[in-house]
This record gives sequence, C-alpha cells and structure tokens, in this order.
Amino acid sequence: MDFNDTPQEAEYRAKARAWLEDNAAEYREPPETAWKLDEFIQRSKAWQAKKFAAGYTGITWPKAFGGQGLGPMQSIIYGQEESRFHAPSGLYSIGLGMCIPTVFTHGSAEIAERYVPKALVGDEVWCQLFSEPSAGSDLAGIRTRAVQDGDEWVIDGQKVWTSFAHASDYGIVVTRTDPSVPKHKGLTMFIVDMKAPGVEVRGIKQMSGGSDFNEVFFTGVRVKDTHRLGDVGNGWKVALTTLMHERLAVGGKPRHAPGYETLMKLARGVEAPVGGPAIEAGDVRQRIAQSYINDQGIKLTQMRALSALSRGQMPGPEQSISKVVVAKTMQEMASFALDLAGGDGFVTGADGDPELAKLQGSYLGAAGLRIAGGTDEILRNIIAERVLGLPGDLRPDKDKPFNAAA
Amino acid sequence: MNFDFSDDAKALGEQAKKLFADKAGTAPARKAMASGAPDFDAGLWAEIANLGWTAARVPEAHGGLGMSAEESCQLAEAAGAALAVVPLVSTLLATEALLIAGTEAQQAKYFPGIADGSLIAVPAWNEPGAVTPATVATTASGHTLTGSKAPVPDLPGAHLAIVAAAGPDGPSLWIVDLNDALVEPVETLDLVRRHGRLTLANTPAEPLGDPAAYQAWLDRAAVILAYEAIGTASAAMDMTVEYAKTRIAFGQTIGRYQGVKHKCADMFIKIELARAHALHGVAMIGSDGAELRQAAAAARVASLDALSFTAEETVQLHGGIGFTWESDCQFYYRRARALTASLAARGWWADRLVRALELRNRAAA
Ligand SMILES: Cc1cc2nc3c(=O)[nH]c(=O)nc-3n(C[C@H](O)[C@H](O)[C@H](O)COP(=O)(O)OP(=O)(O)OC[C@H]3O[C@@H](n4cnc5c(N)ncnc54)[C@H](O)[C@@H]3O)c2cc1C
Repeated sequence: MDFNDTPQEAEYRAKARAWLEDNAAEYREPPETAWKLDEFIQRSKAWQAKKFAAGYTGITWPKAFGGQGLGPMQSIIYGQEESRFHAPSGLYSIGLGMCIPTVFTHGSAEIAERYVPKALVGDEVWCQLFSEPSAGSDLAGIRTRAVQDGDEWVIDGQKVWTSFAHASDYGIVVTRTDPSVPKHKGLTMFIVDMKAPGVEVRGIKQMSGGSDFNEVFFTGVRVKDTHRLGDVGNGWKVALTTLMHERLAVGGKPRHAPGYETLMKLARGVEAPVGGPAIEAGDVRQRIAQSYINDQGIKLTQMRALSALSRGQMPGPEQSISKVVVAKTMQEMASFALDLAGGDGFVTGADGDPELAKLQGSYLGAAGLRIAGGTDEILRNIIAERVLGLPGDLRPDKDKPFNAAA
Repeated sequence: MNFDFSDDAKALGEQAKKLFADKAGTAPARKAMASGAPDFDAGLWAEIANLGWTAARVPEAHGGLGMSAEESCQLAEAAGAALAVVPLVSTLLATEALLIAGTEAQQAKYFPGIADGSLIAVPAWNEPGAVTPATVATTASGHTLTGSKAPVPDLPGAHLAIVAAAGPDGPSLWIVDLNDALVEPVETLDLVRRHGRLTLANTPAEPLGDPAAYQAWLDRAAVILAYEAIGTASAAMDMTVEYAKTRIAFGQTIGRYQGVKHKCADMFIKIELARAHALHGVAMIGSDGAELRQAAAAARVASLDALSFTAEETVQLHGGIGFTWESDCQFYYRRARALTASLAARGWWADRLVRALELRNRAAA
C-alpha cells in the first residue's frame, strides 16, 4: 500500500507543477481584497486561455474537441496541483464541469464542434439553468415551457439560483415540452444563448453578502431545434448526465474553508471560558479531534476513491458522503471557532480580525454549500437508496400526467 | 496511488468472512451466551489455527507466515463482523507486542506456539478503576508484578498474558505465564465474549520492551481494534438495512421513511470515515510512518463513534423486537461496550490525537 503516484502519474504531476510554478506565480497567495466582478472575469479568462494553450483544460475530453484525451487521474492530479495556488477558475467550474460534458454527450457533432472548443479556451462562459422557484430538489417539477414553432422552439418561464448567469454567454436549460405526460417524461433540454432577446438576468443578493446567483426570466426566447440536447421528451435522461458530473464536481472542500489546523491555531491564542488556553480545555480538544476525523477522513476517503480510479474503476455514489460531511463540518467548525473567539468572532469590517473574517466567510458560505448541488437530505437519500438499496421515497405524483398532479 | 489493501490481504479477508459466515455469527453467539461457559469455541479455534490465521503475522523464522499488518486488520474486521467466540483479535494484538518488543529469545520461545494455535496469548490492559494507559496501578518490582487486571477479554482459557504494568520509567509491557497467576471469569455487559480477572501478587513476569514500545504497541493495537469495531458496526448496519427493507408500517416498508433512511445513511457515512482513518493507520504501520500515532488515534475514535452510533440505532430501528432478548440487536449493542472498553477510553484517544497533531505542528513550525 502506498500514497505514491505511479511513474506515469508522477511524471505528469512534475510537469504540471513546473508549469504552474512558471505560470501561476502571481496566484500563490489569495488576493488581499476580493476582485470586483469585471476583474474576476477578465482574470478568469486570461487564466483559462493560458491553461488551454498549455494543454491543461478538458484533460479527460475527446481530442476531437480540443481535449487532451487523458484519464481522470491526470485531471485530478492537475486539479490537486492547481489547488496549491489561488488562480481564478471558479467561473468555469459549472460550464466545464457539468454543462459541456452534457453538450458533447447529447448534442450533435456540429453543435459540439461549435461550442466545446470555445468553452475550453474560456472565450465563452456557461451556466446551468435547472432550478426553478418551485422545483429545486424536486427538479423534474420544472414549469418553464418550450413550444415548437417550425424549426425553432419558444421558451417561456423562470429559473432561479443560476450561478454566474450574469457572466455567462450560454446555458443549458431544462424545459417542459409536454405537460400531459408524467413529470419525468415531458422534459426536453436545450442550449440557450444568454444574450438572446427575451432572456433577462436579475442578480440575487445572497445571505453571505455576495451575488453569485440569479433569477433568469425567459419571455418568448427562440432556440433553434439544432440546439436541442437529446430527443424531445428525453430531457430527464440528459439532465442526469449533468447531475452525474455535478456529483463528481462538487464535494471537495472549498479552498478557503477552515481545517482542523485553523481551529487549533485559534484555540492556542484564545482563553477558554473556564480559564487557561482554550486548546487545553477538554471539550475544545474533543471538538478538534472531531474536526480532524471529518476533515482528514474525507481527504482519505477521496484517496481511496482515487486508488479505485487509478485502477480503472469508477468511484461509486459513495462519493456523496463527501459533500454531506464537508459542508456540515465546515459549518460546525466555523461556528465553534467563532464561539471560541467570543465577541471578536462576531465583529466585522474595519474593526474585525482578518483571520476571524475568513471564518465568518466560511460560516456564511457553509449554509449555501449544504444546499447547492443537492441538499444534505437529498444526498442522504442517494446514499440510502443507491448505496444501501433502501426503497425510494413515495412519490404520489410520479405516474400522473404533470398537468393533473396536485 | 494505491491506498488500498493488497490483493493477498483482501483474499484472506474474504476467506475469513466465508468461514465465519458458516461457523460464527449470531447463532453461535447466542449459544455461547446461553451456555455461560467461560471458554471459547475450541473447534473453530482449531480450524482457524489450521488455516494459518494465528500464524499470519508471526515471522517465518518462528513458524509463521510473515504477513503484513494488513492481514491482521482483515482478520480483525471479519472476526468483529461475526462476533466470533474465539480469541483471535487478542492473539493478533499479543503478536504485535512480541513483534515490536520481544527479544529474539522471547520470540523464539513464544511465536511457534502462537503460530500453531496451541499457545493463546492475550493482552491484559484494563484495571479496576483505571481508564487511561497513563494511570497503571499494577506495579513491577524486579521481575514480578502485583495488581489486578479486569475485565480482560479472552482471558479464561488463555496461557499467556501481555500485561501493562508501571515501572520506574513509566508503564510498559510484561509477559505473565498464566499458570503462575489467578484467573477468574468476570461477567460483563458482553454476554458472548469471555472476559476474566487476573490477580497478580508478586507473580513472576518477563519484561517485554520499554515504555516507548508500550506506546508503539498501543498505536498498532488501536488500528487492529478499529477494524474489529468497523466489522461489528458494518454487520449491525447490514442487518438493519435488511430489516428496513422488509418491515412494513403504515402500508409501506419502513426503509421508505427518511427518518429511517437517513439514519442508515449516517451509519454508512460514519463507518466509511472510520474505514478511511483505519486504512491510513494500516498504511502507517506498514511504512513505519511518523504519522502512525495520529492515524491510529483517529482510527480508534472514528471507529468507536461509528460503532456506538450504529449499535444504538440498530436497536432503535428494529423497534420493540429490537429490545427483546430474542433479537440479535443486543449482541451489537453489548459488543459496542466491550470494544469501547477494550483499549482506553475514547476521550483519551481523542486527546492523544490532538497531542500528535500539536507535535506535528510544532515540528513543522
Ligand atoms: C449557492 C447556490 C448555488 C446554486 N447554483 C445553481 C445553479 O447554478 N443552477 C441551478 O440550476 N441551481 C443552482 N442552485 C439551486 C440548488 O440546486 C437548489 O437550491 C437545491 O437543489 C435545493 O432546492 P430548493 O432550493 O428548491 O429547496 P427545496 O427543494 O424546496 O428544499 C427545501 C428543504 O426541503 C428538503 N427536501 C426537499 N425534498 C426532500 C426530500 N425528498 N426528502 C427530504 N427533504 C427534502 C431539502 O433538503 C431542504 O432542506 C444553487 C443553490 C445554491 C444555494
């Protein structure tokens, strides 16, 4: 048993590391103040283009679309190396992680040729238009409609929580094309131009203060039939491709999330409620141990999955445990750390402590992390049903025509 | 990267699971519970010895198979899952002690018997009134020990005890021939596994390594015991999941209810996290990595957390039947206590983990 790369993996890692040393030097440290949107987009595009030129984008994608045609291990190795820096790559995570694999799996050859290379270079940004005000966890409950008109479709409806819609050029959108059949059956997916007439993006301010997600309104938006992904009425299956990629893309620990080290450092510096350095208090040590169990446990679980991957096996839905544990652990650790810091843990702005500000950011961000990409509850269902084989939830609307269901 | 058991170790684990599925499990456990006899399943023990499991870690030079710690862990997991009424895990732990701390002469003297199953050696760690390895009341004076050890798993029927006792430099391990000592059965919450009390009164003993070796043994023992706990927890989870698929309430199987489903998912999550830490522990034994202390402590804490949660919710999810004498739930519920008491309290290990992390931080700074 070893934690080492195979010789080929080691060679790939060494090359990637050397390239990053030369090209990502300016991102060694996080920015002092968060980038404004324009600067973030401009930096993201420049960084993506640089990666593309060096062959570090679309690592597992077919060569025909400008990918590298390599295995998942190479992609993960590059990701591990890049995560040692603070380069801006989040803008593309949804497009490259989820949308584009759906496009080249279900779109025509012409469509793939048109869109995949531009997404890879970073010229075009993509978003995922799935959730609606009344269809989140219950994604198949969407109401946004598409009606065929000659060789075009007309889309009307509303999406919500669409990350980076305000910065996107294109999106993949799930629509209802036949409300007279059960809800999973009458769906169809399209590629939509976010700059097309009738698309309106309204920013939503998040609880955490940022505005990364949006409402998106469609009013008579016209999409060519060539931009359909998969067959009419087969949108649920297409969406599952996206969701499968989402399961692989989410789940890791966010780069700025505190680890048990953060908790230890803080506990060394503050006093325990009963006196003495907090780190010497029994309950504090228990919490640190628990954080380590979760935090390091997920890292090690991922290494087990990687070992399977490196033998050519697919990691299973077991990976769903990662997001449940990461998001909740991040929330618990941040909240405990802020507790330890007493009143200081809750002062923000110019009077606040920059180290504690990071924890405050994690505390707020964790609340969203527990929801985005599948809630804790939905992921537990997935573990129970797909891993442990327990029966699915009762779904009273499952076989009823969508427009007849309550 | 190959963060996984070797194929050989996995094959041995499969073999063990198969044999235990035939010969151990809750039916023999129930028989053992009913009989109340203070001894273990001698027939199964002979079979195990024949298959070479007792010889797994014993060096080839001393009649063993010279396998790695991975094999011990696979065996411990299978034994834990089967609630097997044999002193296999105790033997594996005693073997580690002799491997770490035994002199050439001690190894030559004891290993051949351990390897062929004729010499049963068990660690005796617990003491009445003590919950941490730092507060050992049994004392060494010259080459004799005085004190009392209880409850000691698998003690009745054993020949040799590996005893923790305090000397001038701190606690360390000693070998006691049980012919020289008083052994009595002790009743415990675990009605299946046999436990005993060892009374030492100026009893002859051989030193087995120094205090540092004792600490090193605690780490290895924690990893092996983590696998035993993971095995027990997984078996309880499997039984619960099966029950949830068949028991009907309000017109549907209870496994459809999320209150039930999510508890099962949480069992899985806790067990998988424990597995990851335990595997890290085995890897560190294998490579003699400096991270062994932290990995072992984490494996211990994570596995006990997984086990107690699973054992408790196993009874709960079986409902009224789960609380009956007739149900198998009690075996896991009771065993959870036994395994928690088998090697220092959870809190002590959590503290040891943080201590190891502090040391590493200091080294890195
Ligand atoms: C930061 C962030 C970014 C996002 N980005 C995108 C994006 O880019 N594109 C996109 O399409 N969507 C995006 N989403 C939406 C996200 O996918 C949904 O918010 C999520 O799936 C939950 O849906 P909901 O908000 O409608 O909550 P609901 O589904 O209404 O859930 C409400 C509560 O009910 C629980 N619940 C619902 N169903 C069940 C069930 N069967 N069993 C048990 N409990 C249940 C949930 O767990 C939750 O606690 C984003 C969300 C966030 C927070």
